[in-house]
Amino acid sequence: MPLIMILYYVISVYLIVLLLWNFIKEKKSVNDMVLYLLVLIPLILRILRVK
Amino acid sequence: MRRIIIIKILLSAVIAAIMINGGIELYKHRHFQLPIVAGPGITKVKKLSDYCESLKGTMADTYVFFLEGKEEGGKMLIMSNTHANEPAALLAVLIFLENATVEKGTLIIIPQFNQSASRNTRPGDGYPLYFEIPTDWGSKKFRMGNRDASWLDQWPDPDVYIHYPDRQLLSFIDTRNTNRTWPGRPNGPLMERVTYAAMQIIREEKVDVAVDVHGAETMFPVTNCIVAPEKSMRIATMTTLTVKAQEKFDNHVEPSPSGFRGLSHREIGDFSDAMPFLLEAPIPFLDQPTGPKTVELLLDGKDPFLLSLSKKGKLFVPYDETGWPMDKRVGQHTSVILELMRQFSRKFPEKALQVQNVPKYAEVVKNGVGYYYHDPDESDKKSIYLN
Repeated sequence: MPLIMILYYVISVYLIVLLLWNFIKEKKSVNDMVLYLLVLIPLILRILRVK
Repeated sequence: MRRIIIIKILLSAVIAAIMINGGIELYKHRHFQLPIVAGPGITKVKKLSDYCESLKGTMADTYVFFLEGKEEGGKMLIMSNTHANEPAALLAVLIFLENATVEKGTLIIIPQFNQSASRNTRPGDGYPLYFEIPTDWGSKKFRMGNRDASWLDQWPDPDVYIHYPDRQLLSFIDTRNTNRTWPGRPNGPLMERVTYAAMQIIREEKVDVAVDVHGAETMFPVTNCIVAPEKSMRIATMTTLTVKAQEKFDNHVEPSPSGFRGLSHREIGDFSDAMPFLLEAPIPFLDQPTGPKTVELLLDGKDPFLLSLSKKGKLFVPYDETGWPMDKRVGQHTSVILELMRQFSRKFPEKALQVQNVPKYAEVVKNGVGYYYHDPDESDKKSIYLN
């Protein structure tokens, strides 16, 4: 796997952590909670090397 | 507070269920293996990585089949699934692989040229993951691929793809398109390594003719045709005239543009001694203004919106209620490939190619594509290649 690809996987993991943190911290808006989870889907599928 | 926690747990469960359900389907599609039954004509099987070491162990590595004749003659390379969402190419090439015997010359066949793209899909366009071709022994299941390689195998895309070696600026997405990355390089992005390996086959095996088999939209002018550069033009023209006269289907010639780089019909000719040809058969499934992208549309090519556009003269191919069935498209490809061989052999008798047991257009339309495929369960296990 080329170095740049590894870096993109690292960025994906970082974004997943950020989104999960925001999801946990969110106390009011259910809309935002749904959005955080939806945005997580492609990132998780990517780091699991599914899609 | 407790209410929020319950909502979060419920939302997480729903999203996880959606992701797992979709993810399993996508994972299965990527790892689905197509059994190819090697026919009586196959004398040797290699892999693309034998010609480019850096492909070894990657999802882009794929089988290369050799059908060598008893007598020496010309050499033809046939590639399909350069764009893995144009399946008539693969279906036509499998007819050669499973049935052809070569009397004179050599056929070299790469059925899944862009192996990574064949394991990719386009969920946003509602592509089906699989399609099935009916046969005498049941049905043969195929992966429906995508035009470009998977991001799992080549990521990220650049902002602009700078073609090697011309440095022409191409669309970023074409960095994963094996019909823009010719002639490739051994240490470039993965798809450049795929085309480099094919160029090495052409150079090392001294290939005379290279045929890249495709499909194109009915609303795109470069459809139902042979694309050929200057050096291949005479043979392409004779081929289209002959199939029109003898087999009664249209197939015009399109000149390969010299200023548009990265295409097989341009770069193979410029970077080797081989004559390149790119074959296009119509595929209504790829047109934009159609109904849902169903398996039926993929196989029969019938669509009411295209029919309406045809009546307004907006299509570049004849189109009526019968659509463009797969058998017709595959039959066109087998006939055009056979005719290219015949015309090449007439022009260069010392490099003649003689191939038997491959059906022409009328036979494929009459019998159906599936008639020519063999049952993997009934075949010798040594002759099965999972690709």
